[in-house]
Amino acid sequence: MNGQVTAPQVTAPDDCLARNEWICGKYLTTRSEILMDAVLQHLEITAVSVLIGLVLAVPLAVAARRWNWAAGPVLGLTTVLYTIPSLAMFSLLLPVYGLSAALVVAGLVLYSLTLLVRNILAGLRAVPEETRQAARGMGYGPIRLLLTVELPLAVPAAMAGLRIATVSAVSLVTVGAIVGYGGLGNLIYAGMNTYFKAQVLTASVLCVVIAIAADLLLLGVQRLLTPWQRGARG
Amino acid sequence: MKTLSDAWDWLTDPAHWSGGDGVWHRLTEHLLLTVVCLVISCLIALPVALVLGHLGKGGALAVNISNVGRAVPTFAVLVLLLLTPIGKWGQGPTIVALVLFAVPPLLTNAYVGMREVDRSVVQAARGMGMTGSQMLWRVELPLALPMILNGVRIAAVQLVATATIAALAGGGGLGRIITAGFNLASTAQVVAGAVLVAAFALIVEGLFELAERLAPGWARGRSAA
Repeated sequence: MNGQVTAPQVTAPDDCLARNEWICGKYLTTRSEILMDAVLQHLEITAVSVLIGLVLAVPLAVAARRWNWAAGPVLGLTTVLYTIPSLAMFSLLLPVYGLSAALVVAGLVLYSLTLLVRNILAGLRAVPEETRQAARGMGYGPIRLLLTVELPLAVPAAMAGLRIATVSAVSLVTVGAIVGYGGLGNLIYAGMNTYFKAQVLTASVLCVVIAIAADLLLLGVQRLLTPWQRGARG
Repeated sequence: MKTLSDAWDWLTDPAHWSGGDGVWHRLTEHLLLTVVCLVISCLIALPVALVLGHLGKGGALAVNISNVGRAVPTFAVLVLLLLTPIGKWGQGPTIVALVLFAVPPLLTNAYVGMREVDRSVVQAARGMGMTGSQMLWRVELPLALPMILNGVRIAAVQLVATATIAALAGGGGLGRIITAGFNLASTAQVVAGAVLVAAFALIVEGLFELAERLAPGWARGRSAA
C-alpha cells in the first residue's frame, strides 16, 4: 500500500477499467484480440453444429415422411433430447468426448437436430397432394419428385427451423464455458469469477448481436431461395 | 462403460444423498425454485396476456418477446444479475432470471390462444348481450385454455433447464452436483448429476403429458408444440 502512494499515477489510473464500470471503451481497445478470438470460437462452434444438424436432419425428416412407422420414434426421440437441459446434455457427453470443443458441438447438434427435423417434416407434410400428383403425372420419379418438388416447397418451413436452431445455438454455446469451449461464454465465466463488469456486459451484448445478425442473414438466404414467395409477401 | 458404473456407484452411495450438498437437498431446491418461479411467472404473464388478447392489442410485442427470449443467453443474464445489487440476495439472481425466461412462452402462448378463438363465437357471445369481462371469463378463456396450458408446460421445462444453468452462476439446485463434479474433476459425479437433471426434466415433461391425456377434452391441446 505504501508503495502505491509514491507513484499513484502508475498503479491506479483512474479510468473505467479501474472503476469497474459496466460500459468501458478502454476494455474494447485493450482486449480486442481476446474478444475477437472468443467471437470466432463462438461462430465456429455455432456454424459447425448447425450444419451437422442440418445434414443429419434432412434424411431423418425424409425417412419419417416416407415411412410412417419411422415418424413416431424420430419425433419422440428428438423431443426427449430437447427436454434435457443443456448443462446436463454437455455433462452426459463428457465421458465420450472429454473436455473438448467436440463435446459442445455434439450437444448443440442434438438440439438443432430436434428443431430441424420437426420443421422439415412439417414442411414436407404441407406439400399439397395435388402438387405431388401433378409431378407424378409429368413423369417424375420418386427421387426427382423429392429433390425438385417436395424439398424446395419445404424450404420456408425448414428455414424457419434453421433460424430458430441457429439463434438457440448461439445462446447455448455460452454454457460450453463449463468445459472451456464456450466462445463468448468463456469471457462471461471468467468475468463472473473476477467481478469484471465490462467483460461480462460486452460479451453478453456480442452474443445477442451475433444471434440477431445470424437470424437476419438466414432470413436473407430464405428470400433468395424462395423467390416465388416474394410477391405474395409484398 | 467404466464411467457409467462409476456414476451408478456415485448415485447408490447413501452419503451423496444426505446433507447440505446432498441429492435430496439439491432436488428440493430445484423443485422449489421451479414451482415458485412458475407461479410467479404465471401471475405476471397470464393476466397481461389475457387482457391484451381480449382487447386484441400489443400482439407484436406478445409474439416477438419469445424470439427475444431465445436470443438472450440464460447464462449471460444470470451472470449480469449476479454482478448487480440483486446478486447480494442469495437466490435473487436465479429467481429473477428464471422468471424472465419463463414469462415469454407463457405470454406468447396465452396471447395466441386468446386470438385464435373463433371470432364468430365471440360475436355470438356479444350478440347474446355478454359484457367484456363475461366474454373473457366464460368464452375466450375456456376456449384458449389448451394453448395457455401448453405455454405453462413449455415454461415449466424451460424453468428446469434454467435452474440447472443457475448452478454455473452460484445458484442452488441439481446443477450444483454437476458443477461440483467439474470442480472435483470427478466424471462420475458429473455424469450422475446429469442423469438426475435429465430424469427430473423428463419427469416434469412426462407429468404434463400425462395431465394432458387425462384432462377432459375441452382442456386438451390439439398437439404438443
